[in-house]
Amino acid sequence: MIEFTLWDILRNLALALRWTVALSLIAFIGGGLVGGTLLCLRIGLGPKTQRVIGAYVAIFQGTPLLMQLFLAYFGVSLLGIDVSAWTAASLALTLYTSAYLVEIWRGCVEAVPRGQWEAARSLAMSFGEQLRHVILPQAARLAIAPTVGFLVQVIKGTALASVIGFVELTKAGGMIANASFKPFLVFGCVALFYFVLCFPVSLAAQHLERKQHGRTA
Amino acid sequence: MIEFDFGAVLAEWPLLLRGLAWTVGLTVIAVPLGLLIATLGAWARACGSTALRRGVGVYVELLRNTPFIVQLFFVFFGLPALGVKLSPEAASLIAMTLNLGAYGTEILRAGIQAAPKGQWEAAQSLALGPTQVFTRVILPPAFKRVWPAMTSQIVIVMLGTAVCGQISTEELSYAANLIHSRNFRAFEATFVALAIYLALSLITRRLLLWAGPKWFFGSGRRP
Repeated sequence: MIEFTLWDILRNLALALRWTVALSLIAFIGGGLVGGTLLCLRIGLGPKTQRVIGAYVAIFQGTPLLMQLFLAYFGVSLLGIDVSAWTAASLALTLYTSAYLVEIWRGCVEAVPRGQWEAARSLAMSFGEQLRHVILPQAARLAIAPTVGFLVQVIKGTALASVIGFVELTKAGGMIANASFKPFLVFGCVALFYFVLCFPVSLAAQHLERKQHGRTA
Repeated sequence: MIEFDFGAVLAEWPLLLRGLAWTVGLTVIAVPLGLLIATLGAWARACGSTALRRGVGVYVELLRNTPFIVQLFFVFFGLPALGVKLSPEAASLIAMTLNLGAYGTEILRAGIQAAPKGQWEAAQSLALGPTQVFTRVILPPAFKRVWPAMTSQIVIVMLGTAVCGQISTEELSYAANLIHSRNFRAFEATFVALAIYLALSLITRRLLLWAGPKWFFGSGRRP
């Protein structure tokens, strides 16, 4: 039998941490792109699109992420595509992230005063120009703090990918705990790794929020 | 051509119903306990000594910055190493309660911070003790202020029960997995469970938003 020292445990967890970071980045970037597209559709098109996107958001916020992962896992395989845990996890987390981001960003766009739209229109700007030059720059500034805050949710969400066999921090922790018979120590270390990853992001979000309140007050 | 067979899943309705009962049951027990911890935590952060405030702060930040599934595994797999042996259900309840407690503390703290300073002073000038000021004057409107956020958090904790199936708590997602392993209808079983979760979260949200102001704090009259 192999003896696991604390060093072995930490080293293996640190190696697995890469995949948590990678998956978080995929989810965040993919979710940002999909969310941004949905946001533009939502602003630009009629109330019907709004309702469809509203339903999309409600579905992802009203069901467990774990089940969404399962559905992606089994759903993609139904289409005859060979599903690696990578594909399913990336797909599910991207959609999940996009649903939350579109809702956060919608709030930011709506927080821009109505008069700004009207002022831009009175300058004979087209809809695209109003959005690009007047509304989005203001909304983007409002959006930074909550978006950074949501990144923490995404990082924590990747932990669930362990359940469909994606070997990231949580899955690696489970495997090491089984092999070393030291679950208390191992899961404690896993939690600590997540904390080290998430806490700075939380602090950054808080800092940005405070800065913003300082500016508006 | 893909063929769906939802009938094979729905035929197992007793299993689904049992899973649903566990999901609801766990939530119904964990939520009041979690809100109790949240209230104590918010009190500690508003009125406690520096050490207490800091201790609660560490608890809140530790739980808010780690995934629920890791907390659950820590309680279920980790604690037995210290001689605390827990059933899956008990471990799920503990993890859910502590999780809601941490998020709730932070949510409620925001509501308390929004209370005008004059209210504290007015209550004190009426010779109310610190605990009375907190429970009678500060807490009810704070709860009212943050109730929509608290409702969202409660729904998130309820959906979090899906993870508890991983330590073989027999809740809804566990039932879905069981059905899938019986009839190999993986997609349909997951889909049906997902639909039930969606209905459950919509109903819970409505119910809480309605019941909160009606029974717990609003209505003007206080005991």
